[in-house]
Amino acid sequence: MPSYAFKLNDKNVTVEAPADMSLLWVLRDLLGVTGPKYGCGVGVCRACTCHVNGQAVQVCTLTAADVVGKKVTTIEGLAPDGGLHPVQQAWMDEDVAQCGFCQPGQIMQAAALLKAKPRPSDADIDKIMNVCRCGTYCRIRKAIKRAATT
Amino acid sequence: MPAHASPDAGQSEDPAGLLTRRRFLTYVVAAPVLTVAASSVITPGKAYAVVPSPPQPENILDLGDVMVAATKQVEDLLVLEVTPDNRVVFRVPRAEVGQGITTALAMVVADEIDARLTDVEVPLEEARQDLGTAQSTGGSSSVRALWDPVRSIAAEARARLVTAAAERWDLPARSLSTRDTAVWAPDGRSATYGSLTEAAAEVAVPAVSTDPKPSSEYRLIGKSTPRIDARSIVTGQARFALDVDVSGALPTVVIRPPTLKGTVESYDGSAALRMPGVMAVTELPSGVAVTAKTFDQALKARSAVDVTWGRGTVDGVSDAEIKERLAKAIPSSTLPALLDQRVVDATFDFAFVNHAPMEVGSAVADVQSGSAEVWLATKSPTGAQSAVAEAVELDVDQVTLHVVRGGGSFGRRIYHEPAVEAALVSQAIGKPVKLMWTRNDDMRHGRVRPRSHHKLRAVHAAGQVLSYEHRMSCVELDLGSGTGQALVDAGYVNPTVGSAFYTLSQSCPYHFGVVTESLNEVSYDMPTATWRSVYSGQARTAEEILVDEIAKALGTDAVVMRKKFLKTAEARAVLDKVATEGEWGRAMSSGTAQGVALHGEYRSIAACLVEIDCRGTKPRVTKAVMALDVGRQVNPSGLRAQAMGSLMDGISTVLLAGNHLDDGAFREGSFSDFQYARQADAPLECDVHLVGGTGKPGGVGELCVPAAAGAVANAYARATGKKPRTFPINF
Repeated sequence: MPSYAFKLNDKNVTVEAPADMSLLWVLRDLLGVTGPKYGCGVGVCRACTCHVNGQAVQVCTLTAADVVGKKVTTIEGLAPDGGLHPVQQAWMDEDVAQCGFCQPGQIMQAAALLKAKPRPSDADIDKIMNVCRCGTYCRIRKAIKRAATT
Repeated sequence: MPAHASPDAGQSEDPAGLLTRRRFLTYVVAAPVLTVAASSVITPGKAYAVVPSPPQPENILDLGDVMVAATKQVEDLLVLEVTPDNRVVFRVPRAEVGQGITTALAMVVADEIDARLTDVEVPLEEARQDLGTAQSTGGSSSVRALWDPVRSIAAEARARLVTAAAERWDLPARSLSTRDTAVWAPDGRSATYGSLTEAAAEVAVPAVSTDPKPSSEYRLIGKSTPRIDARSIVTGQARFALDVDVSGALPTVVIRPPTLKGTVESYDGSAALRMPGVMAVTELPSGVAVTAKTFDQALKARSAVDVTWGRGTVDGVSDAEIKERLAKAIPSSTLPALLDQRVVDATFDFAFVNHAPMEVGSAVADVQSGSAEVWLATKSPTGAQSAVAEAVELDVDQVTLHVVRGGGSFGRRIYHEPAVEAALVSQAIGKPVKLMWTRNDDMRHGRVRPRSHHKLRAVHAAGQVLSYEHRMSCVELDLGSGTGQALVDAGYVNPTVGSAFYTLSQSCPYHFGVVTESLNEVSYDMPTATWRSVYSGQARTAEEILVDEIAKALGTDAVVMRKKFLKTAEARAVLDKVATEGEWGRAMSSGTAQGVALHGEYRSIAACLVEIDCRGTKPRVTKAVMALDVGRQVNPSGLRAQAMGSLMDGISTVLLAGNHLDDGAFREGSFSDFQYARQADAPLECDVHLVGGTGKPGGVGELCVPAAAGAVANAYARATGKKPRTFPINF
């Protein structure tokens, strides 16, 4: 079985996996990283959103081969050493989460947006396609705006 | 293990029953620390006559009352424990699927016992048959049903801790106070609850009152409090069923039939078994399971299994046929209009709607000879436990069912198919398995809100509504679990459960003369389920649309007309609040408009005002103002969250989200074609106002769906000039 090396949450990892194995299951089933969630498997619900080299991506649509030599960040690695990223703090301040299942993906998406656009407009926020079935969208918008000012 | 029942423990000290309600009933059996069971009855375990007789109108007895009664019957089985390390533990006999009830209940415990909120733990109780349907989550009844028992239990514990401290310090108990998970003496000395728990367990009769405190002394109840599990959620540490680390549990998925409830005629798994990582191929009643070392391998091996499928239960049936049958199932009007009277009437159709919780159906099961252990997000733990036991032929008490947090439910997790499937596979292969439905499985074989048809008719004359009639028909709703089971337990006979549920949940909030409401269900063998707000989601939405049309016929403004006919001051108050805060009637551009609606249920009432913009490619709700009177407000932030979530359900089910039935199978397969609202469909502004706030808590989880849906439909009608009749509008 081929092996793939990449950086996961600032640590070097090497994983043996079939070439076509979805990165979501590489993370969850082989590496025990369960923050990214399965919600659809085809990149439309975006509950598995992580960062690859700082860009928000749906890891269910990638393979281990796609991230060789790259930096993969999951929700577990968003803030170093048990701290909170400003987006995570804003999420708590706005009491966003309900069931919580989509929230790692939402937070990773929001963090990537703020990195690209430190002062996102409502139209920018509207482009977020991550589904939240509990309907936390209004508080997500407020949390993003709060994080943008901190 | 918590102490469940020790009926003699309290009685021996008071054989004449003189202490009656004060008596401490059951405590400290297995644990040498304070463990209090709530009760306001004398004899634990004895059923007493609070079970209602069917059927009565919703405003006398509603579904939540049935759940409150079910909980009351077993309240002496609810347990609160104070541990030596100063943790106050209340095992919650409910599911947490995003409603925020664990936070609300932790607040109630902390406030009543005078603990720091961070010292309170609220794990979800394992399935306990002795709790029965009182362990079910549904009918927006959780906080409502647990409000009294939890305060009683915590007040009892506090009194015992104070008594223990008084004995230790040889001070009058009345001179002591409590705060921050400790008892305090007038001289400043303090003792943590943890340090007192063993002594408190020995207290025979508390020396201070065990009554819950008056509301004027609340520190937490009524104050917006962030979710107690917020940090674990935002850091990705929150564990759902498939995140639970059960050693050796093998990923398993199920190949399902092409049509609803199709059967397996034969299959050949040999090619799949030769694929890398594949461990087993197992036939189930619902399909063929593939078990592998990873989910990726299990998912990919599905296509290598050759299955010959038998017919499903609704093959050949599509939406059009059902719509026609539903229309025929409605009796003709019994109230003809006289010559000088006028009629406002309308028919409405609502499509099937999947629950689509973000976490798909999932369960972990480890079945061994003579025992089984299951991890499941379930709103019906005892039902799931019984179903697993029956499936793998074990006694119910041989099955341990751990209730884990759920990634959304909206009614879906009252049913527990994944647990039964996981148990069957685990038993067949002799290994623990973690079984996952794919999104396609959930969308095409998961449950749906039943398609419904509504015929509404109001007769008016001289500015008065003389009669109002609402005939609803829908595909039969499967109420065989959760709240439905609670109704069965309360004495309702199974074939009438649907109509009992309807009767207990429906009431017209307006003085409309002779009101006639009825439900006819049409039987199709397909997977339906309660969907957040159940019948009200369609029935009350349709009514609120007709109310706007009645107002128009009367030549009256929609808010003014509602205020005239509304039965209660509470209803007028929430309507007034949204009209004022939302600037009802303000001038708006062509193609945009406001809409308003309200709904009362669960001893609560909510009004919603939205603004919609119909000028673009698809309508967008741009602003929402809601007002709720839910009685006692435990956690305002949580209440607002439920209102906002319900708003998104209203927007989705009216404008966007539904499921087509084509020849016995659902068309939509994922969030690409099931159009649940996303960020760009959410209003840019959303304000939720809480009014009232006294008495006991009403229900809120489902409350706002019909008000939101009605307001969206009414705004759409006003902005476009079209009369909305079929939902979702863009389907």
